[in-house]
Amino acid sequence: MTSATDMPQGSRSLISRSDRHAIDRALRWLRANLFSSIFSSITTLILIFLLAKMLFGLAQWGIWDAVWSVPGNNTSECRALRGIGACWAVIPEKFRFILFGSYPFDQQWRPASATLIFIVLFYLSSRRVWWRRELTYVWVSALALISVLMWGGVFGLSFVSQDRWGGLPVTLILATFGLAFGFPLGIAVALGRRSKLPAIRSLCILYVELIRGVPLISLLFMASVMFPLFMPEGFNLDKLLRAQIAFILYAGAYLAEVIRGGLQAIPVGQQEAADALGLSYWQKNRLVILPQAIRHVIPPLVNTFIAFFKDTSLVLIIGIFDLLTTAKTAIIDPAWQSFSVEVYIFVALIYFAFCFAMSRYSRQLEAQSRPG
Amino acid sequence: MRFSLRDEKVKGLIWQVVVVGVTVAIVAWLWSNTTHNLAVRRISTGFAFLGREAGMPIVDTWLPYSPRDTYFWAFLVGIVNTLRVAVIGIVLATVLGTLVGIARLSSNWLLSRLAAVYVEVLRDIPLLLQLLFWYVLMQGLPGARAAWKPIDGVFLSNRGLVIPSIPTGAGQLSVLLAAVLALVAFYVLRRSLTARQMQDGRVRRLWPYALVLAMLPVLVSWSLGVSWTVTLPELRGFNFAGGWTLSPEYFSLLIALVTYTSAFIAEIVRSGIQAVSKGQWDAARALGLSRGFVLRQIVLPQALRVIIPPMTSQYLNLTKNSSLAVAIGYQDIVSIANTTLNQTGQAIDAIALIMLVFLTISLSISLFMNWYNAHIALVER
Repeated sequence: MTSATDMPQGSRSLISRSDRHAIDRALRWLRANLFSSIFSSITTLILIFLLAKMLFGLAQWGIWDAVWSVPGNNTSECRALRGIGACWAVIPEKFRFILFGSYPFDQQWRPASATLIFIVLFYLSSRRVWWRRELTYVWVSALALISVLMWGGVFGLSFVSQDRWGGLPVTLILATFGLAFGFPLGIAVALGRRSKLPAIRSLCILYVELIRGVPLISLLFMASVMFPLFMPEGFNLDKLLRAQIAFILYAGAYLAEVIRGGLQAIPVGQQEAADALGLSYWQKNRLVILPQAIRHVIPPLVNTFIAFFKDTSLVLIIGIFDLLTTAKTAIIDPAWQSFSVEVYIFVALIYFAFCFAMSRYSRQLEAQSRPG
Repeated sequence: MRFSLRDEKVKGLIWQVVVVGVTVAIVAWLWSNTTHNLAVRRISTGFAFLGREAGMPIVDTWLPYSPRDTYFWAFLVGIVNTLRVAVIGIVLATVLGTLVGIARLSSNWLLSRLAAVYVEVLRDIPLLLQLLFWYVLMQGLPGARAAWKPIDGVFLSNRGLVIPSIPTGAGQLSVLLAAVLALVAFYVLRRSLTARQMQDGRVRRLWPYALVLAMLPVLVSWSLGVSWTVTLPELRGFNFAGGWTLSPEYFSLLIALVTYTSAFIAEIVRSGIQAVSKGQWDAARALGLSRGFVLRQIVLPQALRVIIPPMTSQYLNLTKNSSLAVAIGYQDIVSIANTTLNQTGQAIDAIALIMLVFLTISLSISLFMNWYNAHIALVER
């Protein structure tokens, strides 16, 4: 590397030398990383060829030959180009429905602000400075605020029942509430599974293994078809709430296993020290064991969050209007029927944005916690 | 002192009684509600319906099936459909995932970056969305007459993927059986030879036995006169004749499951290989051992120890995820149970069957992988 002190100021020949340095460095990098051997060189060339071909094809379909807008609902221009160019016109036409479902159109600022509150909440919770008791209060008030915004009925907001909710807020609600309630459940079950009391331990094992042994769909079927049979006659819960309960139970089982991993990593000396201080079982866990255990497993916890966020899309199968269901419904409209690929790409980008942010965050935490 | 000890025990007992009592009370309450609701709605329970005629069409099946068959048979067809996605999916995902995982560690920057992008993109999009995406792409393919033909005898169209077939019958099956037998015999032989080598230190040659054993399936095939003629599919009218057809539903489900799971497997393989420290390589090489020997006998056993447990959970995930088939109409066990549920109204029994099947599959995979894991741990000693 050339540092500024090596270079006498204003000398043109030396600037060109630093240029040569840069070129040299680039060439060395190329040789080391792309053309280190004959085999590597061939691989590089083949990959460049394939990549160029693919990107060119994609650009042709997605940019050059794409239709960006059509007059009204007249999709004949898109139809003519089917299979050749993308029809992005479907996105501005349908994005309000995809994002917010059939929430009253003039009231859609409410789910939009709920979504924003969610994102701010996630951001705050990811900052280490914020990992304090106050965060719990922030969560409770944010979730309350979101409920008020979505339901309304107070402060002059008109009431919107939850069968009109849809799109991104529903996905975020299912995921966030599922995790918010599943987390304490997971902690309790993880502690129960390591308890010395045989009855409690076997109940916890039964719960975790049962939930983890069956596909999520069967739990959702249970929530949508069997739940009404479980309840007293005449009592019924809303479909969304039933699915939410299934998600909480599901999240509880998976989070319990991750937290149990953290508990196992705590040396037994910590337990003994807490016992020696005369702390009760709950004090010991709350003040000594759990804070350390959970810090240990934050990266795998975030990975569980990502999996859980993606899994909320399964409500499509029981007909709840989350982001994926609204996307699939948006293209039932005969005029736009053949442009599902474009809509799926749009929705995939939204899911990707959330999951990628989380996975970057998890990797960053892992890098921080690595010794050295 | 005695008092506090008793106190601890009494507290534990009280806790257990309370928790078990509450659980039993909740279950009993749910149970009484359910029996009452079932009686009011005149829904029968029990598995008697399994003997009745199913009357549902199943398009894509390996077992002979007609709508006149019983629900029991329909369920079996569904289980076979689930298994054939899961088993083939696991094999393909392992191969693809291992390749991507190794590519991720390649010294070639471009290859390693591309593998990273592959992993990141596939991991961060819901599987159900990917499944719907593949299915839509499948449906958007040209019809049979304009089918895409990458190589001779393979057609890709909106009718699915058609590939060349070989005859399947008792003869082919017995050859397969002979091959499996030979493999088992080879494995047992190798173990006993290694054990004897451990005792007296004399190296024994394995390849003559291997050669003899490899002759076994060939001999069976030759003596029974089994035919292995490959039938190339060809276009006849509006459809294909000959060859094996993978339906669009099956094919999209397989692609979605394999690519999605391979991204996770790639990460597992990568971290497994990285977990073996470079010192192990260097030390073994310093002893003058060959590269292949080091890889097989020193690096791989240690890497596998790290790889096997998370791999097990990926296999379980793939199997459970195959239940998403219901979203695109591939008739796996969940889809068939769902139809049954709608036809008979027996929600509890149908869902119980789904859970039972998946618990059995999950348990079997866990048991097998635990056995394999224990086996690997032994090799390490």
